[in-house]
Amino acid sequence: MTYAGVWTIAEARDGALRQVSFELLTRGRKLADKRNTTLSSVVLASGISDETVRELIKRGADRVYVVDDPALAHFTAETFSNVLVKLIDTYAPEIIIAAATTSGRTLMPHVSMRTHAGLTADCTDLDIEEGTGNLLQTRPAIGGNILATIKTPEFRPQMSTVRPRSTKPAPVDASRTGEIVRLPFDPALRDGRVRRIGFKANEGEEVDIQSADVVVSGGKGLKKAENFALIRELAEKLGGSIGASRDAVDRAWIGYPHQVGLSGKTVTPKLYVAAGISGAIQHLAGMKTAETIVAINSDPDAQIFRVADYGIVGDLFEVLPLLNERLSREVGSK
Amino acid sequence: MNIVIPIKQVPETSNVKMDEKTGTMVREGVESIINPLDLYAIEAGIQLKDRFGGTVTVISMGPPNAEKAIREAIAMGCDGGVLVSGREFAGSDTWATAYALSESIKKIGAFDLILCGERATDGDTGQVGPGIASFLDVSLATYVSRIVETDEKEIVVERLIEDGYETLAMRLPALVTVVKEISYPRLPTLRGKQKARKTAVPVWAAAEIGIDAAKLGLNGSPTRVVKIEMPKVTRGGKIVPAPDEESAVRAVDGLVDFLKSKDFI
Ligand SMILES: Cc1cc2nc3c(=O)[nH]c(=O)nc-3n(C[C@H](O)[C@H](O)[C@H](O)COP(=O)(O)OP(=O)(O)OC[C@H]3O[C@@H](n4cnc5c(N)ncnc54)[C@H](O)[C@@H]3O)c2cc1C
Repeated sequence: MTYAGVWTIAEARDGALRQVSFELLTRGRKLADKRNTTLSSVVLASGISDETVRELIKRGADRVYVVDDPALAHFTAETFSNVLVKLIDTYAPEIIIAAATTSGRTLMPHVSMRTHAGLTADCTDLDIEEGTGNLLQTRPAIGGNILATIKTPEFRPQMSTVRPRSTKPAPVDASRTGEIVRLPFDPALRDGRVRRIGFKANEGEEVDIQSADVVVSGGKGLKKAENFALIRELAEKLGGSIGASRDAVDRAWIGYPHQVGLSGKTVTPKLYVAAGISGAIQHLAGMKTAETIVAINSDPDAQIFRVADYGIVGDLFEVLPLLNERLSREVGSK
Repeated sequence: MNIVIPIKQVPETSNVKMDEKTGTMVREGVESIINPLDLYAIEAGIQLKDRFGGTVTVISMGPPNAEKAIREAIAMGCDGGVLVSGREFAGSDTWATAYALSESIKKIGAFDLILCGERATDGDTGQVGPGIASFLDVSLATYVSRIVETDEKEIVVERLIEDGYETLAMRLPALVTVVKEISYPRLPTLRGKQKARKTAVPVWAAAEIGIDAAKLGLNGSPTRVVKIEMPKVTRGGKIVPAPDEESAVRAVDGLVDFLKSKDFI
């Protein structure tokens, strides 16, 4: 079989595409152009309109494969894997890129085993090797202490997941044209072994810290739960989400979904602010790859300063109120 | 309820030292431990066994000294363990590892549930758990934060996803990867340690398991590591002291200018 073309796996929820779908197109377009081939997006969803999926074309896809069925309304590994494996068997893409989300990080390994494909998780950089045309995948490992470059010379397809927010969404070009291919859902691919029977949405504050542009985190230096108000206020002013160290989570000052680090979430925001966090290696593992890092800590030797782009050695109970007040004035004077 | 828990031995990385020249980890003097994220799976498994009876078996693929990790798990309260070890497994990527572990689990016998840590702290891929479920064709849920209930046929779990917690009812046998929120790992007890010393830990090579050696090690692994680099450790950022109010005001002014220069304000 000859494998050709680059695919991105779009993500949809409630009939709308998630932003990460457009970020994947930025990656995919670059690779497809270098390989001199076409870029296709795959949409597995329920109740998604042509108008909605056309945005993928306007943002860089040449073709969109849509499988639309109520069985695909919510992600379950088995059914999604069945459908994707069938598509791969039919169309034989050379490269598949998916988002390193809770669903992408589940679907892709499931599929890669069945197709005996190479899969590299959480890539920060993707490129095409001169000469061979192989996909070069770069990813952090050992808690961000190394960057490994990986390729898949003999097996196809070559698959990667990339972190949300690690690239900009591809811009809209209204003049772009492409093809929408709607494929029927084969009921035999529906696997009923896992049923989604409930959902509890995050309440109140935004905890989808992995897709936030700005994350403001607090640690043990905050001393007690009420003082998270300082973090909340700063997050609000910067339009960000709230993160925390494990020590703050273990003291129940804030819920586990906010935990950043080795046993929590890995975030790659544009701006990460750490206040009263020492910067233990397990915390750094979850935020080291942020574009810009700001640290506030009273201990000049705190490890967090080693990764900071701007650090203030001082008392957070003095610095944060000053900062919040300055930001109120900034916003007010605009 | 019969539970199998695949675990990995990893270097204790709270004080990682890297060899700047080769880009590899300095292993001398670095202790090997059970992947810390596997401890949550072990604890969840022991709690299920305490409530519903059955057995908890750990399985690890690794060098001969990974036996230590298995004995530690037994000391925590697991019933027994198997070490999958041999030169033929060396160089396995996540495909070959998931394949070898799934074949080994088949040899262990009938199981209801496989519990895995979310990922290992060295490789950081999180692909082996879902991979085993794929090979064994059992129900899969990842990022599970709570086991709600279970009976002989089904397990109900809560899964932590981007916008909340979803509840899944999964037909058994199933494979579940867990996050920290699911449990607080216990420490090994003295009695557990004694039991661990006395328990025989069989070592299986590919021949014993009866697996296709062509699918193991480098031969079976689609991926190749071609380069290792060390990202710069320090960013050499601007660090401003703010010991008193006056300097704090200046430091905050500086920070606001910095944030403006980066378009955050
Ligand atoms: C297996 C494993 C997994 C782990 N996973 C994670 C993880 O996912 N996430 C995580 O965060 N940790 C994790 N840890 C824990 C980690 O090792 C640290 O213990 C933890 O990150 C410390 O949290 P902290 O920085 O809030 O607290 P501390 O280390 O106690 O730091 C508090 C900081 O606040 C500063 N401070 C105190 N008062 C003030 C003040 N008034 N003004 C300014 N600064 C002040 C102090 O100087 C200090 O630097 C893990 C550990 C292990 C072993």
